[in-house]
Amino acid sequence: MLASTLALGIILGGTYALLAMGLTLQYGIARILNLAYGEFMLLSCFVVTGLFTAWGIGPLLGLLVVTPAGYALGWLVHAGMMSPLLRRGDAGRLEVDTILATFGLLFVLQGIMLIVFGSDFTSYSYLDQGVSLLGVTVAANRLVALAVSLAIGLGLYAVLMRSNWGRAMRAVALAPQSAWLVGIDVDRMGRQGFALGGALAAAGGALVSMFLTFSAADGVVFTMKALIVVIMGGVGNVLGALVAGLLLGLAEVLVAAFIDPGLTLAATYALFLVVLLWRPTGLFGRVGG
Amino acid sequence: MGYVFSAIAFALLAVLPLFAGDYGTGLLVGLMGYVVLASAWALFSGPTRYVSLATVAFFGVGAYVVAVLNEVLPYPVVLFCAALTGAGMALVVGLSTLRLAGIYFVIFTFGLAELVRQLITWFEVNVTGTLGRYIFLDLTARDIYWQLLALAVLTLGAGWWIRRSRLGLALRVIGDDEVVAAHAGIPVARTKLVLFVISATIITLVGAVQAPRWVYVEPSIVFNPTVSFLTVIMALLGGANRLWGPVAGAVPLFLLFEWLSARFPDHFSILLGLMFLAVVYALPDGVLAALERIRRPSVLKETKA
Repeated sequence: MLASTLALGIILGGTYALLAMGLTLQYGIARILNLAYGEFMLLSCFVVTGLFTAWGIGPLLGLLVVTPAGYALGWLVHAGMMSPLLRRGDAGRLEVDTILATFGLLFVLQGIMLIVFGSDFTSYSYLDQGVSLLGVTVAANRLVALAVSLAIGLGLYAVLMRSNWGRAMRAVALAPQSAWLVGIDVDRMGRQGFALGGALAAAGGALVSMFLTFSAADGVVFTMKALIVVIMGGVGNVLGALVAGLLLGLAEVLVAAFIDPGLTLAATYALFLVVLLWRPTGLFGRVGG
Repeated sequence: MGYVFSAIAFALLAVLPLFAGDYGTGLLVGLMGYVVLASAWALFSGPTRYVSLATVAFFGVGAYVVAVLNEVLPYPVVLFCAALTGAGMALVVGLSTLRLAGIYFVIFTFGLAELVRQLITWFEVNVTGTLGRYIFLDLTARDIYWQLLALAVLTLGAGWWIRRSRLGLALRVIGDDEVVAAHAGIPVARTKLVLFVISATIITLVGAVQAPRWVYVEPSIVFNPTVSFLTVIMALLGGANRLWGPVAGAVPLFLLFEWLSARFPDHFSILLGLMFLAVVYALPDGVLAALERIRRPSVLKETKA
């Protein structure tokens, strides 16, 4: 019982981590708190489901379709909606303005999805036979989702740490006021960070749709969990998001299994509150950072 | 002159339900409820720019306290208990989030209503064993309207007084630049906390006063997240930094949404979203500021300079 619960928690956590990585890039590099993040992800869930049920295109192939589309959508939202706000140049208002703008986008996307896809729960079955792993039986689709999440996450981490482009990204996240002094185009990096976040949201959506039942109204819950993981891991910290995501998945599954399934959100929030009170810059954030 | 006009206006508003029918009075109750919610929200979120998305958490708690206590205690005591519960909850939330950057506050309030709803549901199912509760109070829609009107006068009066007090000045500095405020010797966290508790207590009272309208109460009814979002958009549309701004936003939007939700129930969230986008891109300081700019274009130049 405990072993299988732990396995489930790690798998769920892997997906949370992937989701949160996109948000941490958007908030850390582009400095935009995207409250419509969960809607981006749900959109990808619906598209992947449609591809699979209509044309038999598997979700892993679908992933290759929606990820670039997510990048393009993120780029468009940044260019069309966020740039005019960034150009207003009032730093105190920028945060509130972007929050309210993405909040509006949340409702517009949610409303469109409700009309197009209806409010029913959607799911499809793909690789849902059990696989025995170290004495624990896990559904194959969850295992595949975890493997792909980890591959994408660690790959992204390597690129951010090793390449010049990744170094520039981290410089923008660390010191946006000084990054341009060393020749980094901060605005362009911000847009790329936001678009990359969109791509990760789409990838996360494709993976989640393989094993989770979802409905058009679920976006807010995904956004909320991703936000909590981002704060726990430290804003802009990809590895932190990975660890925090796993922790959150574990906490949720343990509470659901041993206390009450109705209290998963309460558990998430309790964890969030402890982190806020104890280390407001995140588990891996630097003090004063 | 302003006082006289306000007094006459409130007197007129007080006798209004005597002439409105049942439907009209019901509409007035809803309208006055949102007027108070938006004004109370703006008390804190207007000057500090801390966007609170947790209105319904307090509103619902107020309604729930009435549902739990309405058969045990006399009505005024029940209201007092509701206010006390709301203030206590605001104190806990404020103490844990208001010392940090505004973003943590936004994120925390984003999920607070859902958290409270889950906790109450869990408690009712597992401990008391009753999920739904009944409210049998001998209050007509008219009585509720008058209580809300009194609350509106109280809220606007508080807003007027805060604007003229040291507290209001401190808040404006905090909203402009928290670092400057801290260096000027303003107790930043305490000032924010005081305002947040006042604002949340009023919001809790709105929920408590409106509760008898439902008769049957359960968590999924009183913790409807739309209340939070409507409150925010009403206050912002009118202008959250002005005394009368939230009122100017709440009245037209309430009537508009009342009309829309009857005709286009499926398009509600798209319209709500478009409204948010319109406020951000077209009316950044609210309708009242935009009107002023049309009437006196020079004001804009002066404040920009």
